[in-house]
Amino acid sequence: MSFPWAKHYEPKHPLMQWVDSRLPLPRFVYNAVGAGYPVPRNLNYWWNFGVLAGVALVCQLITGIVLAMHFHSSAAGAFDSVNVGIMRDVNAGWFLRFAHANGASMFFVVIYIHMFRGLYYGSYKAPREMVWLLGVVIFLLLMATAFMGYVLPWGQMSFWGAQVITGFFSAIPVVGDWVRIWLLGGYAPDDAALNRFFSLHYLLPFVIAGAVILHIWALHIPGSSNPTGVEVKGEQDTVPFHPYYTAKDGLGVVVFLIAFSALIFFAPDLLGHPDNYIPANPLSTPAHIVPEWYFWPFYAILRAFTADFILPAKLWGVLAMFGSILLLFFLPWLDKSPVRSGSYRPMYRIAFWVLVADVLVLGYCGGSPAEPLYVIVSQIAAAYYFAHFLIVVPIISHLETPKPLPGSITEAVLAKTGA
Amino acid sequence: MTSLFIKSIKFLVGGAFILVLAIALFGSVKGVIYEPPAETAEHMMHKHPEPLKLASDGLLGKFDRRQLQRGFLVYKDVCSTCHSLNLVSFRNLKDLGYTDAEVKKIAKDWGTKQPVFDEKGGTWGERDNVPSDRFPKVYYPGTGTPPDLSLITKARHNGAAYVHSLLTGYNEKPSAEALKHFPEFAKTPDGMHFNPYFANLNIAMPPPLTQDGQVNYSDGTRATIPQMSEDVAAFLVWTAEPTLETRHAAGLAVLGFLIFAAFLTYGAYRSVWAGVKH
Ligand code: HEM
Repeated sequence: MSFPWAKHYEPKHPLMQWVDSRLPLPRFVYNAVGAGYPVPRNLNYWWNFGVLAGVALVCQLITGIVLAMHFHSSAAGAFDSVNVGIMRDVNAGWFLRFAHANGASMFFVVIYIHMFRGLYYGSYKAPREMVWLLGVVIFLLLMATAFMGYVLPWGQMSFWGAQVITGFFSAIPVVGDWVRIWLLGGYAPDDAALNRFFSLHYLLPFVIAGAVILHIWALHIPGSSNPTGVEVKGEQDTVPFHPYYTAKDGLGVVVFLIAFSALIFFAPDLLGHPDNYIPANPLSTPAHIVPEWYFWPFYAILRAFTADFILPAKLWGVLAMFGSILLLFFLPWLDKSPVRSGSYRPMYRIAFWVLVADVLVLGYCGGSPAEPLYVIVSQIAAAYYFAHFLIVVPIISHLETPKPLPGSITEAVLAKTGA
Repeated sequence: MTSLFIKSIKFLVGGAFILVLAIALFGSVKGVIYEPPAETAEHMMHKHPEPLKLASDGLLGKFDRRQLQRGFLVYKDVCSTCHSLNLVSFRNLKDLGYTDAEVKKIAKDWGTKQPVFDEKGGTWGERDNVPSDRFPKVYYPGTGTPPDLSLITKARHNGAAYVHSLLTGYNEKPSAEALKHFPEFAKTPDGMHFNPYFANLNIAMPPPLTQDGQVNYSDGTRATIPQMSEDVAAFLVWTAEPTLETRHAAGLAVLGFLIFAAFLTYGAYRSVWAGVKH
């Protein structure tokens, strides 16, 4: 579906006419990201992050495919193939590796902003639930991909991270240990685990790419929401995607690349853990096993569950950690407020910012050693995290009196620009 | 009845997690009150490395080749008895300014030889190193396995400063205050050495740099202990990332280009949107 005033594709060049009448791919592109897709005129920069996530995905695919050409997936050879072969001997191999490792971090920065944008502006609400659901699926796939990628260089954190994460499965009652051994192909991470992680790490990004196509398809049915959350009412509310948003996204991409390059070229190890420059050693456990920064909030939730209550503490931790993400699937039905944008929801807006602070606190605790003070803070912050989604949001969507909404996007724009 | 259940299921699930967290929190707080976490020796005595400035630091940092050569001499004469440098090849030394002939000689004269397996005799023998060989592994009979040093400055927080502080930190003793809490630190266990920069405080490595002039510098630099230690730290920054200078230079060009591109795309954005209120 598209708005009735969407421009129609009329190929001018005979070659394009020839192609378009046989395979309407040019038409498809035109309607997806060209002048044929009308977009609200008032999108702010937070709406750049979907495209940036796409750029990050493409960067990861390209650097990853070339890295795979030089990687040896064996417990004996992986560390060397990365730290000698790729880092020293392959031409510009250091660039590929730093770009891929920091690209994962940039991907998560962008995705977290993209998700919080969705939370603030109520983008998950009808009629965009499917966009959101696919987003959560993508997020889960992304986490799995990043985890398996981190195991590949077979450093100390790779090995012990794999040990801890696959340990989650042993929390499953009765069959847990068996499941873990089956998943790893052994009692501890070794060649079998490394090879299957490599295989899946190569596969999943393409699954993500497929899910992204569905995500954007689903988005293009109702079209993008916007900072007011008021739906498009007429042609004056929209501009064609091209050239308006290609220009704006182009600027966003360049700014993204500046931040990305600063990391790659001037602080390539900033976000990594020094221990991963030590080859995996199954006999020596690192003093503090920590995952990559983008998993810290979830790691804090996992470690916050220290009490056995009906179920063992570890099982609670694992359930809560997965639950903290799975509950996002239900969000469109937990938040009953008909108003989308947080800008018009005085109570929700406060709850949103408390949630942002809460996740940052969880992240900080998850990256710190499991000392009592950090555990206590994580316990409070984790409780708030669940309270936010399962109690606070459902309740305030009943209690709150929203501020009056603008009559239309254009009205809001004109009010803001003072005309 | 069922619809009430479905309506309240979110509160039940949320409540369950919060209840379990509250129980866990109660346990943690009780734990802290009744058994306050004990002061640890590491917490009282461990020190962060002293700051160290090297030519390779910063956005435009370049290696000081003469310092790298001195650092290599320190590694060769002192560290290499126990620590390998297995990710580096002899041929890489050309980066430090050594000629082909010099590299060949360094490889040939290297104390630890390359192991070779004699297929016919079924025995292991040795041969001299050649430039294409990696620095050979070192087999160490003593306590603890000395780590390979190729990546050591990346494998520790603030690695170069850490190496320098560790090598020059053997003179420091635990404070009187710390000894009151941990009297066992008055005497270091046999075969161990107190060093506040080492994570476990007692390290098996004996002080490697013990007197000025221990290494013969040929470039006129005085081989004091801090000088040798700084030089070997600089050398180990190079071994950990020989491509660092290329990275800095490429980064500058890339950022320069992108900042230029940012002006262009900003201009394009402004002109496309001119006249459209948003
Ligand atoms: C590879 C990962 C992803 C890519 C490439 C991607 C791409 C995009 C793009 C291009 C848009 C339209 C532009 C924009 O609104 O920013 C979009 C919109 C959206 N995305 Fe994503 N996305 C990804 C992951 C996610 C995730 C993890 C979520 C949430 C869990 C999510 C939720 C949404 C929502 C709700 C919208 C609609 C926003 C609105 O119109 O208000 N996306 N996505």
